[in-house]
Amino acid sequence: MEQQQETVLAFKGLTRRFGGVVALNEFDMELTNGQIVGLIGPNGSGKTTSFNVLTGIYEANGGSIEFLGQDITSWPAQKVYEAGVARTFQRSRLCLELSIFDNIMIGAHKRLNHGFMFNVFKRKALQQQIKENYDEARKLLTIFDPELADKMFEPVGSLRMIDRRRIEICRALISHPRLLLLDEPSAGMTHEETRELMDDILEVREMIDGLSIILVEHEMGMIERVTDKCIVLNFGQKICEGAYREVASNKLVQEAYLGGE
Amino acid sequence: MTQSLKDKLIILLLAALGAAFLVTFIAIEEQAEIFALLVFAGVLIIASAKLGLTDKISQSLSRNERLLNLSSIAAMLVVIFWFHEDHFPLLMIATVLLYVVACCGLNMQFGYTGVVNFAGAAFFGVGCYTAAVLGGTGTPLLLVIALGGVMAAIVGSILIIPVLRTRGHYAAVVTIAFGLLFRTFLEVNDTLGGPQGLPVSGMNLFGWDFNSNIQITENIEFSFYMNYVILALIMVILTFILMRRIERSWIGLNFDAVRLDETAAACYGINIKRWKILSFTLGNFLAGIAGALFAMMLGFIAPSNFAFSDSLILVSIVLLGGMGSIWGTILAAGLVVLLPEKLQVIQEYRFLLYAVVMILILLFRPQGVLPRNLRSYIPGWRG
Repeated sequence: MEQQQETVLAFKGLTRRFGGVVALNEFDMELTNGQIVGLIGPNGSGKTTSFNVLTGIYEANGGSIEFLGQDITSWPAQKVYEAGVARTFQRSRLCLELSIFDNIMIGAHKRLNHGFMFNVFKRKALQQQIKENYDEARKLLTIFDPELADKMFEPVGSLRMIDRRRIEICRALISHPRLLLLDEPSAGMTHEETRELMDDILEVREMIDGLSIILVEHEMGMIERVTDKCIVLNFGQKICEGAYREVASNKLVQEAYLGGE
Repeated sequence: MTQSLKDKLIILLLAALGAAFLVTFIAIEEQAEIFALLVFAGVLIIASAKLGLTDKISQSLSRNERLLNLSSIAAMLVVIFWFHEDHFPLLMIATVLLYVVACCGLNMQFGYTGVVNFAGAAFFGVGCYTAAVLGGTGTPLLLVIALGGVMAAIVGSILIIPVLRTRGHYAAVVTIAFGLLFRTFLEVNDTLGGPQGLPVSGMNLFGWDFNSNIQITENIEFSFYMNYVILALIMVILTFILMRRIERSWIGLNFDAVRLDETAAACYGINIKRWKILSFTLGNFLAGIAGALFAMMLGFIAPSNFAFSDSLILVSIVLLGGMGSIWGTILAAGLVVLLPEKLQVIQEYRFLLYAVVMILILLFRPQGVLPRNLRSYIPGWRG
């Protein structure tokens, strides 16, 4: 399939320091429409930090972030989400005491009416909106797991790890993002579960036109299977970029992972 | 017998039982009898829990919310009219009801959004003093109650600034400091009566004087506290509706998201400050209107009514009942206000007892006596 080569996201010289530690150092990258990019590197190499800077949790100390032609470098997290970036977290961050439906609806925040008058006095219209969104959430969750879709009003805390990941990804997807950030979706899961989850993600990408994905992952099988290109970070610096095969055979990368000399 | 008929009978039976229990509990004076009644009720509850009855009952209740709410109001009215000529029981009931309103306010802040407020008594006090100052000016008194709430909300908007800049324990300390300052301010402020306090004129609704007894027929006379109890009950009902509607809306969901994970909430567009400010303001408004009516009912207020310990009692009602649980707040307010009034033996040890109960609750049942249920946006609707 021929993709349009529109640039969705561009980092230019992105830098973030924590005290004396340079977590991200002059990081450049570019992501085009519909692309899946794998972000790999040893622990502490700046993968999650780049997500946190991109989504506005951390401020950048230098460089710029451009998303769909807008400079979003200093935007707060809320505004970045509104613009179309949705993410999952390394350690799944769902609200465990809330139901599946509640958790997914948090992701739909930008489409819901949050006015006080609407919520407190226009109950009919509110209930209409609740039902519409319920249908959409259910449809989305059914793609991942039909059984899970029958448990919409059960607390997330009672579910298995893989189900929680699925819900977290649904929470991100329900906002119709242009860019999805997945932070180690396979953490704490078996190979089989990881494969299942990856199939689901690929299926969803087919459905949502022009969805780009950045994937942070240690599971190389997954990276090889789904990514269009890989970026390797080490000590906050990009050391290599290219298709998985090229990257895996790169000497610098092997050194970073296995230790040099 | 069909299930729904069974459910309805269970609810009506429970309401009748509740009313009977309350009437007996308030009416009897003998300490030994009160104690026996409490033990009896405790055994009954434990036994039904052991038999698995409480689960069945709570299912019946959640299937018939409307009937539950209506029959609770009816039961409350029965209790109120039972004591129609007794001043003291009515005063106690009205106090419980106003505590329910104030604690619902705290529950909105603490239970829903996770904003701790150890200055609950101060906001209650702002409502009281508003009523005291405006009472003699000829302002319509229903408006005075509303203004009591508005004043509390405005004063709260000063406190919210440091609260938004801090988290967790630090926010708690900020509110404690505010509560202490508030009381000191009242004590040194001579226009507000200083340590001696202020008299408050009673409620007067369209020429209807709340502070005189109501002559129904020649033989039947209602205590003037009836006015206050009924008004307080209406306030509880309105508060209940507001709390429920907020909880079962996107606003309630945003509140929960802010409480449970601020970072994740921010990444999904939720404006942390906006929702904290809304819940803090609404909560203080509720504490303020409760305070305004309370002051009119007592007729006199002084700074000593708004000490830190009173704020602690409000917070402990919320914790005892269950974070975010409205029914829990109602039950806990009843227990905390009524028990020391009825059991004079524990009167002197009340704070000691509260502390012990709090520790036990936090250790063994941190979700409270009547934990909050999962949100069901529309009663009876499951997709």
